This record gives sequence, structure tokens and C-alpha cells, in this order.
Amino acid sequence: MPLDRAIAGIFILICLIYGYTAFVPMEEGLLPFELNMTFLPNTLPKYLSVLGIVIGLVIVLQPRYEGASDSDPNEIDQKKLLQYKFSQALFLLGLMLAYALLLRPIGFVTTTTLFLAFGGIILGERRLVILVSISVFTSLVLWYLVQEVLGIFLRPWPWFF
Amino acid sequence: MLEGLLQGLETAISIQNLTMVVAGCLIGTIIGMLPGLGPMSIIAIMIPIAIKIGDPSAALILLAGVYYGAIFGGSTSSILINAPGIAGTVATAFDGYPLARKGEAGKALTIAAIASFAGGTVGAILLLGFAPAFATVALLFHSAEYFALMIVGLCAIAAFTGTGQVAKALMMTVLGLILATVGESAQFNAPRFTMGILDLQSGISFITLAMALFALPEALYLVLDPKRSSTGDNSSEKKIKGLRISGQEAKKIMPVIGRQSIQGFLIGVMPGAGATIASFLGYAVERNIAKGEDRAEFGKGSIKGLAAPETANNAACTGSFVPLLTLGIPGSGTTAILLGALIALNVTPGPRLMVDNPSIFWAVIISMYIGNVVLLILNLPLIPYIAKLLLVPRTYLIPFILFFTMMGSYIGQNNATELLLLIGMGVVATILRFARFPLPPMLIGFILGQMIEDNFARAMNLTDGVSFMWERPMTTLLLASAFFLLFLPSIRERLSKRKHQIVSKGD
Repeated sequence: MPLDRAIAGIFILICLIYGYTAFVPMEEGLLPFELNMTFLPNTLPKYLSVLGIVIGLVIVLQPRYEGASDSDPNEIDQKKLLQYKFSQALFLLGLMLAYALLLRPIGFVTTTTLFLAFGGIILGERRLVILVSISVFTSLVLWYLVQEVLGIFLRPWPWFF
Repeated sequence: MLEGLLQGLETAISIQNLTMVVAGCLIGTIIGMLPGLGPMSIIAIMIPIAIKIGDPSAALILLAGVYYGAIFGGSTSSILINAPGIAGTVATAFDGYPLARKGEAGKALTIAAIASFAGGTVGAILLLGFAPAFATVALLFHSAEYFALMIVGLCAIAAFTGTGQVAKALMMTVLGLILATVGESAQFNAPRFTMGILDLQSGISFITLAMALFALPEALYLVLDPKRSSTGDNSSEKKIKGLRISGQEAKKIMPVIGRQSIQGFLIGVMPGAGATIASFLGYAVERNIAKGEDRAEFGKGSIKGLAAPETANNAACTGSFVPLLTLGIPGSGTTAILLGALIALNVTPGPRLMVDNPSIFWAVIISMYIGNVVLLILNLPLIPYIAKLLLVPRTYLIPFILFFTMMGSYIGQNNATELLLLIGMGVVATILRFARFPLPPMLIGFILGQMIEDNFARAMNLTDGVSFMWERPMTTLLLASAFFLLFLPSIRERLSKRKHQIVSKGD
């Protein structure tokens, strides 16, 4: 099954769960005075779930469009998947996840410096002195701009400082 | 009126106020380039400074400068790194970013600056002449018409994604609308679809979704396919080409700028519509009008596709001042913050403003125009330096894009859950893009979702059901045109097939 149809199938499943929530638990949770109201918190979700299921079915069932081009140079070619650098992308996603989890405990300046430096290393940068200097400089400048100039609080250092 | 205009002109061109415009534009442009800080947050940050200034005209002039600067700054990040920091510049990224990838970032920024300038100028002229009249017309639009207008917007975007893609675009729109229902609705303060996660009660933030749909997949694509990155390579062919636009290109974008300045302004005048709808509709309309090769180029780096949303959003920004200054109704989030600033400065906007404080009213309008001129003068010489950002080696550029993406979604909410949401939605968006699902309709659905629900609720409450759809002629007409738009691509395809058949038979 082509990827787009599989995604449409998953979308139908999401709409079924979404629709069930709108039609059953939300309906049951309504307060007595709400029962006579024209518009309720689940009114739009009800319409959306039905619409979503219909559109999803159209994508799953419609014949493949002949004019669909698979050779758009701006897109990833699904036939040459193995040629792409998936390991680098996965490492970077892992690094982003680590950034999200460590930002609060170890502070903005520390996490940002580590993120920028490790990001560069994952992508193949080997001039470590330049890389680390730029990372430290950028995180300090941005921290100063955001916290001191704009007044948005960002803890700069780890919690024990 | 002439007396007031001259009084305003005198106020606006004083040295102090000119300095304010220049400072405002500069601050707005620089901060607006950071994804996550749109005009709304920048103006909010600048309010204490504006109040400290004390003089209402000077303070408002500073804020108007910041507003325009921030919008241009937002376009810069859309064009250079595909990271639209605000909803109004999402459509700019559709063609601006492909242009930058072709090595024409300088030209793209020049077109953006000129189109913004033209949109702002025409907007300012229209504001000058017809502000009170437009305000009266805008009030004729009720919630039912707003609801229908937004449905037209969504259908237009879905219909213009291309033949064979309409169902996919509609699916993405519905997904965007579904995401917009997460959290507390404006009508009822009860959380919906939060799955028990406390951080989702206030809903998914726009900036997180925008970053997840555009900047993150693009950065991941750059990692996956290093050949795709036109950056960090110093070979001459990859160098950023000239900034100048040729006479032929100027001729191509002139009509677009003309049409979109007026259309954008008119949409901006309607309270609640604003720059976002104006830019999307502007893009959709121009794509529809374009023929043959011109149309095929949309989405792949069309200068028309870049000029249209840029002109429309600036014209709409100017237009959104009409209801604010003449009726005291803020047309958008940004003008709502400006309204707060006006009240803090002891100025009450409304029909009496023009009579009671003509110098403030006209000074703001004139300074908006001066702001546009200053923006052009300031930014054109800066463009070569801004465009050089793309020559940063990819080992530095990609981590920086990822970092700015995360920072954008973090500083808006100061909440680490947003970062986890960003990563999750970014991965899903990359898979969707991989399967050739158009992502812009999803973001547009999300942005308009809340407004659609509010207006739908109001219209339903007024008519006790959905009968407003056929009882109000304007609503019926708008909804019918939305329905027609959905079938337009297949009608066109059939017509062109028939034409081909006739031609081949003739041969």
C-alpha cells in the first residue's frame, strides 16, 4: 500500500477516536442546562470527525492520479531511501530531545552551548576550538538579548549554581 | 480634514518622531528575525518604553515602526530558513524559500521589501482617504459572513495546491482544524481532547506548530540529503546571485502588487480577518489568475508567489488600523495590544479620535507611511549582509536552525513540553511531507480553527441552528463559491483535456 494511503488510513482511525470522544464521553459529560443550547464544545468536533472520515475514505479509495509527479527535485526520492543520511538525522533528533529535557535543569547557556557544539560534531565539523567558541559566544549573546534586553526569564546556569 | 492632515504631518516629521520611526523599524526588523517573536510580542515588550516616552504621538509612531519592522523581519526568516515566525508570513515561505534555495535569496528579500513597501504605501493612501467609509462597510459583516469567508479561505488554499492533491490538502486542513480544538474553547472554559495533559489545556501554540511543519522538516531534509543544501559551499556557482530585479521581472510583479495592495487592505479592514487571511488569499488568488508556466512555477520559487503575500500582508496591516482608529475595535491580536497601549497613553480610539485628537490620528497614519519608506531605505542596503547568512557552512547552519526552531517555541510559552510537542509533530510533519501531503493547509486550518469555531458558534446561536447558511444571501454566496473552488481544479483539468483532444483532432 502506498504511504499516502496508509497515512489516510491512520487519519481515519484518529477521526474515529476523535469522533467517539465528541459523540459519547463529551455528550454524556454535558451539564443539564447545556442540553438545550445550540452550540456546545463538541458541536464543531462532531462535524470535523465526520468530514475527516469522508475525506480520508476518498484518499484511500480514489484511483491514483496519473499526473502525480514523483520526481520533484525538492522532495526526497522514495526509491533511493538508502542513500540518505538517516543516522545523522536520528542523532540530531536525539540531541533535540536531550535539549528539551535538560534545558530547565542545567540552564539555557549550558544546554545551548552543548547543543550547538554536539550538533556541529554530528554533522562532521572537526575544528573543535572554533565550534565551541562560536557555541559559547552565541548562547551568551542570545541569553543576554532574551533575558536582559527583552525581559523573558531564562535560567542561564545549572540549578546548583 | 486638510487641517488635521497638515497638523499630523507637522507632528510626524519632527526630528524626535522621525528618530522614533527609524528606531522602531530597526528594533522590529532585528527582533522580528528571531522566530517566535512576532509583532505581537515585540509590541508588548515595547509598551513600557512607549509609555515612558509619554507623548502619545511619539509613542504610537515608535510602535507603528516596530510593527512594520517586525513584519519585514518575519519575512526574512521565512525566506532564508523556511521558519515563518508569524502567521502572516507563512505564505511568504511558499515561494520565498525555494527562491533562496536557488541562490536568489538577495532577489527574494528585495522583492519582499519592495512588495511590502508598495502594499504599505497603497494601504496608507487608502487609509488616508477612506478610513471612515471603510469602517462603516466592515461593520456590515456579521459572524455568519466571517465564518463563510474563512471557509472560502480554507477551500481556496486546498483547491490551489494542484490537481490530484485537493483531497490530501483537505485532509491536512481538517487535521489543522482538529488540532485547533485541543484545549479550552473560547466559548466554554472546559478542556477538550487534552488526554489529561495539563500543559495542553491552553492548546497547542501556533509557533510550535509552524516550526514543526516548516522549519524542522526542512532542517531534517537538509541533513538527510547534503546535496540539497546550497549553503556552505564557496564554489562560485553557489554564491548568492545579484539583488537586482530585471525590468521584465518588475513588469511581472507590478500587476500582482497593484491587485494585492487593494485586496489585502480590504481584508485587513474587516475586524478579525487581518494579515494572515489576506496573505493566504492573496497567494491563492494570484495562483489562480496565473496561467501556464507562471502557475506551474508557484511553490517552486515564483516571484509572483512571493510578491502577492508580502504585498497583501502589509496592506492588511495598514487596513487593520481602520477599525482600531475609527471604531476602537482591534482587528487583530497586534492591534488589540496597540489598543491597550493607546488606552495606557490616555487616548481613546473611536469615532471621536479624529475630532478630538486630530494630530494623533493623522500623525499615526502619516508615520505609517514614513515607516514604510524608512524600512525600504534601511533594509535594501542591509539585504546583501542578511542574505549572506545562507553562506554559513551547513555544520553550523543546521544546528542553528534547529536551535532557533526550539527557542521560538520555548520562549513564547516558557514551557519545556512545547519542545517535546515540537519534536513529535516535526517528525510526523516530515513523514507527511515525505508522502507528499501539502503542509501549509494544515497550519492555515489550525490558525483559522479558533476563529471559525467562534464565528460558527455566534452565527448558530443567533439563528438557533445552521439556517444562517441559506438565510443570509452573502453567507450563501460565499459558501457556494467555496464549494465551487473545491471542484475548480478538476473542472480545469477536464477543460484542458478537451482542448488537447480538439487540437489533436484538428491536426
